[in-house]
Parts: sequence; C-alpha cells; structure tokens
Amino acid sequence: MLLAMKFKVAATLAAFASPLAASVVTPVSLAPAATTNVAETVQIAPANFAYRLAGDFSKDTTPATAPLRNLRLDGGLSIMKRQVTAAEYAICVNEGECPALASSAMAADRPVVGVSWRDATAYAKWLSRKTGLSYRLPTDEEWVFAAATRANDDAVPLPEASDDPSKVWLARYESESSKVRPVATAPQPTGSFGANENGLLDVGGNVWEWTDSCFIRAKIEANGTTRTTATNCGVRVVQGAHRAYMTDFVRDPRTGGCAAGVPPANLGFRLVLERAPGIGLMVARGAARLLAGAGIS
Amino acid sequence: MMTRRHALMGAALSALLVTVPALADDINLPRQSVDLVAPPFVHAHEQATKEGPKVMQFRMVIKEQEVVIDDAGTKLQAMTFNGSMPGPMMVVHEGDYVELTLVNPETNTMPHNIDFHSATGGLGGGALTLINPGEQTVLRWKATRTGTFVYHCAPEGSMIPWHVVSGMHGAVMVLPRAGLKDRDGKPLHYDKIYYIGENDLYIPRDENGKYKSYDSPGEAYADTMEVMRKLIPTHVVFNGKVGALTGKNAMTAKVGETVLVVHSQANRDSRPHLIGGHGDYVWETGKFSNPPEKDLETWFIRGGSAGAALYTFRQPGIYAYVNHNLIEAVELGATAHFKVEGDWNNDLMKQVTPPEPIPPAKLGAAETAAKSLVR
Ligand SMILES: [Cu+2]
Repeated sequence: MLLAMKFKVAATLAAFASPLAASVVTPVSLAPAATTNVAETVQIAPANFAYRLAGDFSKDTTPATAPLRNLRLDGGLSIMKRQVTAAEYAICVNEGECPALASSAMAADRPVVGVSWRDATAYAKWLSRKTGLSYRLPTDEEWVFAAATRANDDAVPLPEASDDPSKVWLARYESESSKVRPVATAPQPTGSFGANENGLLDVGGNVWEWTDSCFIRAKIEANGTTRTTATNCGVRVVQGAHRAYMTDFVRDPRTGGCAAGVPPANLGFRLVLERAPGIGLMVARGAARLLAGAGIS
Repeated sequence: MMTRRHALMGAALSALLVTVPALADDINLPRQSVDLVAPPFVHAHEQATKEGPKVMQFRMVIKEQEVVIDDAGTKLQAMTFNGSMPGPMMVVHEGDYVELTLVNPETNTMPHNIDFHSATGGLGGGALTLINPGEQTVLRWKATRTGTFVYHCAPEGSMIPWHVVSGMHGAVMVLPRAGLKDRDGKPLHYDKIYYIGENDLYIPRDENGKYKSYDSPGEAYADTMEVMRKLIPTHVVFNGKVGALTGKNAMTAKVGETVLVVHSQANRDSRPHLIGGHGDYVWETGKFSNPPEKDLETWFIRGGSAGAALYTFRQPGIYAYVNHNLIEAVELGATAHFKVEGDWNNDLMKQVTPPEPIPPAKLGAAETAAKSLVR
C-alpha cells in the first residue's frame, strides 16, 4: 500500500521512434533517459474536497447558484505534474495522429496552447497507444481535486429569486468584470506559475486546461438534490484561474465582444493517468504488465 | 518631414524675434473657458440656453504616446489630442465661437494641426494650425451650423490618414440654442451623454504573425502604411482599446433615463446598433437641422462624420452597443456595454418557459421513431 501512495510513472519517449520505449520504475520516478519525456505524473492520495458543481442551475424557474458538494476521490488521482508542452504535442502531429496547430512554436519548455478539446483528446489517445498506459483528460471534479487551493470557486452570489432576469444578469456581469485579466498572455516557461500543494505546476496560470466534463443544465429540487435536464458534450468545461465553458473545437478562447467577462487567455491541457483498479496490490506485477502492453522491444 | 530638431530651432528663433500678438479683440462677447474631459464623458453643458453667443475657450495638448490596444498587450505608437482616443468632445451652441489653443509640446516628434469639419474655410483650420514640437497656436471659428462633427489632424499627404488612424480625431457638438427637437418641434432632452469614438487600427505583424511594436511613431510609419493601404484594419475598437467601454468601464444608465450617444468615425464607415434597444431619435448624419429619424434598429455613420442617437432605456440589464458588422464587433473589438439598473418590465419581455427538455408529446413521429431505435 505504501508503494501505491508513492506510485509515480514517467514514461520516456524516444522522439519519433516507433515503437516507443516506455518504462515504469517503481516505486519512485525514473531518471529520463531519452530525448523527450512524457510529463511525470504525481499521485495524489484520496481526500475529501469541496466541489462547486459545473453547469447552469435553476431553482423553480429562476437561475440559481450551483450547489457546493463535499466529494471524495476514493482512488486518489494520478495526474501530470505539468501541462503538455508544445514539443510533446508536435511529436504527435509529426506522427500524423494529432491535428496540426496554427502556431508553429515547438518550444520544449512551454505548454502547448491553441489546442481544442478534440486536439487534446487526440493527443491522449495517441499517448495511450504509444505508452500502453491509459491517459485521458481529467473530469472537472478531478481537476478541482488536483488543483486544490488553486481551484477557484467562481460561484456568484445571486439575488433572491424573482421574475426580474436583469438582477442575475447584472450580478454576473459585476462578478465577471471584477476578475483580473492575466498580465502576460503568451505562454510562459513551464513552472513560471509555481507549484501547488500537490506538486502540480502552473495551475491557474495563464494557460487554461481542458477537462472532459460536458456542459449540463440542471434543476435544484426542493430537497437539495439536482436533476440534469440537458447535457451538451459539444461544450466542455475548461479550468484555470476561473472556470469556463468552451465549444470543443475552439482553440482560441479570446472574445472581443458581446459576451461579457474575461475569457481564458490560452487553452492547453494536462492528462490523468488512469490506474487499473486495485493497483496498490499489483504494482510489481503491473509494471511488468504495462511494459508488456507497451510492446517494448 | 521636418525633423524635430529643426522644428525646435525654428520655434526658438521665432520666439526670440516675435512677441506673441495680443489676441484680436474684434469680438466683444462674453468668454467662457471650458475644461475638457476624456471620452466617453463629455464636459458639463447646457442643452437649451437662454444666453447669447459666447466665445468658448478650449485648450488641447497633443500627446504622442505608446498605448496598449487589446488584452494581448498589443502596442500602438498613438498620436492623440489631449491624451485620449478619441480626443475630447467640445460642446457649444450655434452662433458661439470656438477658440482653441492647440499645444504641441517639445516632447513630441512631429508637426500636427487640426481640421474641424464644423468650421468654415482654411481647410477647417488645418491651414492655420500646423505647429511643430515646442509650438502652440490659437484658432477661432464660428459655429454657423448645428450638429455633431468630426475634427482630426490633417498635416499633409500620407501624414493625414496615418495621424488619423493613430488616434488624432475627436468631435464637436454644436447644439441649437433652443436645444434638440423632434420633427414636430417638440423639445428633446437627454439625462446623460456619452461620446464614443471608433478607431480602425492597422498594426503591422512580423513573419510569425505576431504584432510588432516600435519605439516611436516614426519607426512604425513604413510598416503601418503598408497595412493601411490594404484597407483591412487589424483592430476596430471604441475609444482606443478593446474593452475600453466594457466591464468596469461599461457605460451606465437607469431605466427611464434618456441617453444621447454621439458616435464618430473619422476614417471608415460604421453601423452602430444597441442590442436589446433602439434609437428612439437618430440624427444619422449628425446634423440637427434635419429631423431625427425614429425607432431605428441600426444606423449608419459615414467615415468622416459623427452621428447622434437618443434613447430612453425601458428595461434593466446589460446592453451591448456594437458596430453591427459583427465580425468587427466580436473579433476586432468594436463592442461597448451599458449596465442599466431598474425594474424589469414583464410586459415588454418575459421568459415564459426557461430552457427545458422537449416534451415527448411534441416530438414528431419520425423523431420518436428514431429515439425508440436508440435503446
Ligand atoms: Cu497629427
């Protein structure tokens, strides 16, 4: 069990080489041996955390503040310590598995930005196949859990329910207007925004991160439970200095105009490493299995 | 182009040789000195006035300065009247004289002048006001016709469009002495006035598509001209910057308040539209001797003119005031907001049913069939 808590994976990618060399060393992270790394993951132990539900909520027929829930991730979470870099994404593009981006910057030390949810998902699929491990975007809940104190509860205190829609509208506008715009919008070198208590770098910096959570509309019932009335997976939750909802094919979140408020500065991502159930019991076996799965030569 | 050093030397010489002549005292009218304020605000003024014509005295200092024009931090080597884009609005009445002291401080690098569309003769004053860094001049012109009018810098040749799209333009409003009227002669009054100046900006990019920045207007000139001559602005904004009139800087009003919005565009056509509202009375060409049009949805501002729209807010909420070329509004920046407080009027609008799943009974037969196939 101790091993499980400290389980770290760093798979090394030999750039452009296929099949790719992936290795897992237990119980601590391995020293990178090859030219390009897959971001190291950190293992966060199970814990309780407060979570403001994402989506549009209403009570009766009027907009309502999203409920705050106390959640627990029983299995903990393995998540990339840093955002995927431009150079890492470029390898996937070169292999023809990820859509090419407008920006040609290949910086190894900066997060890839200008990626859509579709791009990020393509990368996760490719990386999973290359490594034989299971990478995916985090859910919004997982992101908030990992971000810990860097997660921003963006709930806007809404006025009393009334049939005057302008009150809610004005309250939201005020809240949005008071947000501070990021000073620098160009992606900064990895680590520029520091680490949070879980060791994650650059959480809430100037690169927002795609999550896999779909936009929902839900009603808050009289007993406090929620009932989802619509789910739109064409719009995903984006997380960073504040939460936002983005159409999945959007790469540039900037808006000049009609929408009030502050858009994310950049769209990037980091991935969760899916662990097999009961991994604590099978670290040793698992390593061997994962290695086999990666088709190591 | 005269260099700054030559200009300064010329100014110093003439200062030695000539004493500044006393202002001609040929007009024996009361004088009123007005402190200008930066847009979107407008200096205090009477709408209808019982007083006779006056000499209205204004002073503007030209400032060449670097400004940031969008959230990405894109920089423009701006040239401005009084440090704002657009320059401040001057309000006078028909029959008044506008007496402007125009100052070009030594810290600037170029000659500038001012052409008032509201003035008669002398290229709108441009021919009489060209001043070098370190100089100032006083121009007086008579407000012979009413309306909202553009003023702008117009030095010579290619300098003209360049100075204008670098920020050197503003507006004058000449009110009828009896105030604004509708087409039947009924007085119209505003509780608030806002002045929106639209800027089309042309920022050069480097080989990677990134906006370039320069240390001085002169260094930006050649690249900027190249972008200008293609006629496609990189930014279309209100009051000098993306978001200059949104968020914390949004304009405000209350339900029941009547607001006059003066909109100028010194260089290029625009089409203001108030999303969720209207133009109750609109002087599209800005000239108050023509009856205002009523109940407009969108109005047209010809490049090189200023128009005025009067609207009484009837519903609270956020209103977007946009250039209704929506690409320019949303992608290039021409959006402003009004925050309007007051009581909601359910008669004018009500959300009868909030968004909810389509009830099964209302599904068409084909849709129902399709749905039943999916588990
Ligand atoms: Cu000028």
